[in-house]
Amino acid sequence: MYATTYHRPSSVDEAAALFTKGSEAKYLAGGHTLIPVMKQRLASPSDVIDLGKIKDLIGLEVSADTVTIKTATTHHDVAASGPVQRAIPALAHLASMIGDPAVRYRGTIGGSIANNDPAADYPAAVLALGATIRTNKRSIAADDFFKGLFSTALADGEIITQVAFPIPAKAGYSKFPHPASRFALTGVFVVKTKSGDVRVAATGASQNGVMRIAAIEAALKANWSPGALDSVTIPDKGLMSDIHGSSDYRANLIKVMAQRAVAAAG
Amino acid sequence: MSTVKLTVNGKAVSADVEDRTLLVNLLRDHLNLTGTHVGCDTSQCGACVVHIDGRAVKSCTVLVGQADGSNVTTIEGISKGDELHPMQAAFRDNHGLQCGYCTPGMIMSAIDIVNRYGGKLDEDTVRHELEGNICRCTGYHNIVKSVLDAAGRMRVSQAAE
Ligand SMILES: Cc1cc2nc3c(=O)[nH]c(=O)nc-3n(C[C@H](O)[C@H](O)[C@H](O)COP(=O)(O)OP(=O)(O)OC[C@H]3O[C@@H](n4cnc5c(N)ncnc54)[C@H](O)[C@@H]3O)c2cc1C
Ligand code: FES
Ligand code: FES
Repeated sequence: MYATTYHRPSSVDEAAALFTKGSEAKYLAGGHTLIPVMKQRLASPSDVIDLGKIKDLIGLEVSADTVTIKTATTHHDVAASGPVQRAIPALAHLASMIGDPAVRYRGTIGGSIANNDPAADYPAAVLALGATIRTNKRSIAADDFFKGLFSTALADGEIITQVAFPIPAKAGYSKFPHPASRFALTGVFVVKTKSGDVRVAATGASQNGVMRIAAIEAALKANWSPGALDSVTIPDKGLMSDIHGSSDYRANLIKVMAQRAVAAAG
Repeated sequence: MSTVKLTVNGKAVSADVEDRTLLVNLLRDHLNLTGTHVGCDTSQCGACVVHIDGRAVKSCTVLVGQADGSNVTTIEGISKGDELHPMQAAFRDNHGLQCGYCTPGMIMSAIDIVNRYGGKLDEDTVRHELEGNICRCTGYHNIVKSVLDAAGRMRVSQAAE
């Protein structure tokens, strides 16, 4: 790892001000993506600005129709939250499946979506649930947030402060984990909103990162059941192909994971 | 360079280190607590697991600055003098280790698992919860046995306290 200067601001404004002062500053939350990348010398920030200790950025709140998770809340704390388990069980389940217990104690929701790894879990929930990403500057709809591999709508220095998830009528998540890393070889999040709309997002599959799957959405809107997807075929165009699985294999996984997610959602 | 202050195994510690120093390097190279191991250095194997404020985390993936002000417990800090921690005793009695390289991390993770699940631990849960700790020797079987055995012992010793 190259030399860097560590900062621990106590407010969002202080963090944003520090960012503009550094020649090549980076925010740090749980550090479970950034630190490994710094060790590989693929990132060499002049300044590392720790958001993980800012009190306003930690915690979650559940109201009648929204689950709001502040950005530096760990995967563990989301998975273990009774209110989240009751409001959106699929979201708590997703958080409980990320990496391993030590990773879940450190990794955060904001770090996960800011990074937008094409095989990360949270992006599927954010997109399928139609969440709103709030930053220190504005609110961004999930449909406008993810911009392909490792890129998002965030401007340089912009800080995610929280993610607000509308509570759906039903939701389910199923992933085929990579056996070593637990990242999604393919993971599918299915949602039936309170107004009867259906939204489905797949992670780990596309070359462009998380995406909605229109064919599955249409089939589930007509008939919310795993069997409704029996006759759906997912084309493998644009899907990842690597040593872990071919694009054909992932295309099939999208369907199978969607069926399991619907079964889990009930 | 920064001065970091933290509590390690109950003792106040202060060190002047480069900001890029990882917690595991502070422990091993500055404090001579070499029981915490580095297996992969890529956040995967769990040989470096210690407790920060009671949570089992990979110390190779924490900058010292992030641990500033916190309470760290390593494998050296869990026994009471010569009396092994019940988890250590269970690993010894159940042959839960061979070369021992993964063992400090296994034990620190396992204590956290028992703390979280209390009496509700079964074999499947232990195996799922140990996904972040890799062992190249044992085949895990006796590790799982050790954790389940220790869970019983820890309940007894907590009840006695
Ligand atoms: C062994 C291992 C297994 C894993 N398995 C999985 C898995 O199965 N599924 C999965 O989804 N993930 C997995 N991860 C990734 C893990 O969930 C990461 O912790 C997470 O993706 C990043 O969160 P973080 O808080 O650690 O972010 P950091 O590493 O601190 O930051 C990541 C990036 O986000 C930026 N950032 C952080 N917070 C903000 C903010 N509030 N505003 C703007 N930018 C911000 C940082 O500048 C940085 O560029 C795994 C990681 C490891 C090490
Ligand atoms: S050395 Fe830290 S996880 Fe392997
Ligand atoms: S006992 Fe040798 S690595 Fe686990």
